Amino acid sequence: MSTAPPQRHIGDVLLKLDGISLAFGGVKALDDVSFEVRSHEIRAIIGPNGAGKSSLLNVINGVYHPSQGAVTYKGTTYRQMRPHEAARRGIARTFQNIALFKGMTVLDNIMTGRTLKMHAGFLFQCLYFGKARSEELAHRRKVEHIIDFLQIEHIRKTPVGRLAYGLQKRVELARALAAEPELLLLDEPMAGMNLEEKEDMCRFILDANDEFGTTIVLIEHDMGVVMDLSDRVVVLDYGRKIGDGSPDEVRRNQAVIDAYLGVRH
Amino acid sequence: MNGAAPPAVADTFPRLLLEHARVRGAQTSAREKDLGIWQSWTWSEAAANVRALACGLAAMGFKRGDHLAIIGDNRPQLYWAIGAAQVLGGVAVPLYQDAIALEMAYILDDADVRFAVVEDQEQVDKLLEIRGQLSKLVHIVFEDPRGMRHYSQTFLHAYADVQQAGRDFDAAHPEFFSREVNQGSSSDIAIMLYTSGTTGKPKGVCHTHAALIAAARGGCDFDRLGPGDEVLSYLPMAWVGDNLFSYAQALVAGFTINCPESGDTVMTDMREIGPTYYFAPPRVFENLLTQVMIRMEDASRLKRALFHSFLGVARRCGAEILDRKPGVSPLDRLLYTLGNVLVFGPLRNVLGMSRIRVAYTAGAAIGPDLFRFYRSIGVNLKQLYGSTETCAYVCLQPDRHIKLDTVGPPAPGVEVRIAEDGEVLVRSRALLKEYYRRPDSTAEVFDAQGYFRTGDAGLFDTDGHLKIIDRAKDVGKLSSGAVFAPNYIENKLKFFPYVKEAVAFGHGRDMVCAFINIDLGAVGNWAERRNLAYSGYTDLAGKPQVYDLIAGCVEKVNAELAADPMVAGSQVRRFLILHKELDPDDDELTRTRKVRRGFIADKYGRLVDALYEGKSVQHIDTQVKFEDGRSGMIEADVSIRDAATYPPAALRKSALR
Repeated sequence: MSTAPPQRHIGDVLLKLDGISLAFGGVKALDDVSFEVRSHEIRAIIGPNGAGKSSLLNVINGVYHPSQGAVTYKGTTYRQMRPHEAARRGIARTFQNIALFKGMTVLDNIMTGRTLKMHAGFLFQCLYFGKARSEELAHRRKVEHIIDFLQIEHIRKTPVGRLAYGLQKRVELARALAAEPELLLLDEPMAGMNLEEKEDMCRFILDANDEFGTTIVLIEHDMGVVMDLSDRVVVLDYGRKIGDGSPDEVRRNQAVIDAYLGVRH
Repeated sequence: MNGAAPPAVADTFPRLLLEHARVRGAQTSAREKDLGIWQSWTWSEAAANVRALACGLAAMGFKRGDHLAIIGDNRPQLYWAIGAAQVLGGVAVPLYQDAIALEMAYILDDADVRFAVVEDQEQVDKLLEIRGQLSKLVHIVFEDPRGMRHYSQTFLHAYADVQQAGRDFDAAHPEFFSREVNQGSSSDIAIMLYTSGTTGKPKGVCHTHAALIAAARGGCDFDRLGPGDEVLSYLPMAWVGDNLFSYAQALVAGFTINCPESGDTVMTDMREIGPTYYFAPPRVFENLLTQVMIRMEDASRLKRALFHSFLGVARRCGAEILDRKPGVSPLDRLLYTLGNVLVFGPLRNVLGMSRIRVAYTAGAAIGPDLFRFYRSIGVNLKQLYGSTETCAYVCLQPDRHIKLDTVGPPAPGVEVRIAEDGEVLVRSRALLKEYYRRPDSTAEVFDAQGYFRTGDAGLFDTDGHLKIIDRAKDVGKLSSGAVFAPNYIENKLKFFPYVKEAVAFGHGRDMVCAFINIDLGAVGNWAERRNLAYSGYTDLAGKPQVYDLIAGCVEKVNAELAADPMVAGSQVRRFLILHKELDPDDDELTRTRKVRRGFIADKYGRLVDALYEGKSVQHIDTQVKFEDGRSGMIEADVSIRDAATYPPAALRKSALR
């Protein structure tokens, strides 16, 4: 493209992990991991299978509680963050194995992403009356913007279970975006996709980062994608951090090559 | 049109638009589904939008005679851009939105485009990619600002900003707009459409306001289209048909255009809108039918039984009832009415065709079964014939006088003549003015009396309906001097589900012979139902039973050909079933799956000779390429069959399909 690359304003530290350790019985999933994520940045976490990547995401949004260390998010330090608290404070995520309501339509699934933003009482919502009504309209509008953004108009009313895998992944991203998160955690958003679907997904992630200013932490195995998308990369191996820096730095890091990237034969 | 037609002074599109804004300002002119909701614009709003855009373009320096490219999916804003260009005495040049940048570069350069109105970032990127080659392109206006925040180029403008500038300009020069509209003349070029360029470089076809309005008015009067009608605008704007249906006819008749949300949502959007007037190429009708049939397979046993039994009733009498022909028994009428309530009505509803008064198809041969299916369930599907150069207005099938294999009689105001060599010649007010900057090509396509040479070969049947048989350059002659139209015969053969490809030979010969490729799926299924074991294509193709099956198809085609004195001599005397499938990898088909007749005749010369020498079997070795690039040999003894032919006189007795 002949256009100038967008000027991005990487801001202050949004999320900071300090000496996080996590053990399941005798298994050390995470061992003294520290790194930070700045606002508006795309931060990738890579590493071989079982390196502790998903565990790390689970620590960030409070599903797992670390045995040692602390998470600092938007200036507040937590020993343990609870999931609903994380959601309320603007952290949304997608899952490695899709966690959508299969029997519900795409539209309804994305609407669930707005749950925390609904304030009308339960009874009013049931009756679709008064404030609940105007609120629902406003939320629907927002959701339609996201549908338009991710180009899934044609499946708006299709039950999620009937969709192809790549589209389900996109719907999951849509639901996460519907929560208007400040920090978006993506667990292998491109696993199992073909090249074209991957390219689409990359574009959506970049657009979300650019247009909504969302900070993104993603786990991904496709090195091409990681190197293209991310501003900085963290590398984990056996629960320890073995590398951290720009894609180029990481690519040249000998420990990372030995553990994960391998050498070209 | 019930006297609602605008007065004759409205002889340009801008005047038509203003007339509608005056007469029916509060009625809906256009709809677009955006954010899941149908947004609509009245005629007054449409006129105001065109006015603002036109003034905005003028403020940017758009002059009379300038060319404005339009690139994007069907959007009201892009249709208004056509209008805005025409208000300013300019010419709209719509381009195919899915063309790659390089293809666009040729047309943008050839058409001397100075301004472009495009849909979104995708199209802007394409134009930026080729901007170096386009010295004439000065300004690009984009409709959808999404993703455009970081583009700082000064020649890029948001549609809304241009309109705002236009409103300011309008306020400062209140007389400007009317003056521009008044300067327009019906003999001005209104639009330039590029031919597909299958033969040589694409050429810009220039149409005047008068030609397009004549074509549109003819069509609207013919089908009684008026302000209450609804059309779905989903075919590419660069295509002449969309220009006629969604722009010219909409402005002449004052009906509403509906733009779908995206290419993928056309089906759902169609159901929601329920258009009364619809156009689709045969392929779309075929896909719809396939989808229905697949979904019926999953339906419950009762529903399936109902569906198939009433479809049988429809097949028997549906088309006749639609045509209001006499001779349908009262019982059939009763059954059909019942079927209409239980099956056809709901089916039309699912297809979004409940309200259709007129549906057209064109562009390729439509299978008779497919065509009959839609008519039999009560959809008034008709065929038309036309081309870019004739504003898609040459022949239309009139209601209730539908013949499956013709495109109908010449439309009102159109003179059609068949030349000596069988080429269809057309003269009407709806012809192109010229090819842009190609006086040589323009001179070539017009004959001395002002008839346009269509390049198609055709003939009139006894009722005066035109029948298109082939491209004129493919039509040959048998040694007897009779016309030989290979495509016509091949298409007739291919309408059978068992026949996948057919290649007819006969130019310069004393009779017509054909190669047949069977459809492995359909014939394989047929063989399984008869417990006929086979190992693969070559084996199946050589079975005598399969030869019997195909001979039946060939003979039915012969019976049809015999019915027409012009082509009765082209009946297929002998045929063989090829031992391998024709394949683009072996250069036997083009990538768009058209048979390369000359190449096949060379490659299988021995088989062709055997057909004409009267042999009953011929051995052949053929080299084939596999998908992984390796090649191998297939050898087989191919049998050759004679097919029954019919004397032309026997046409009344032969059972026509």
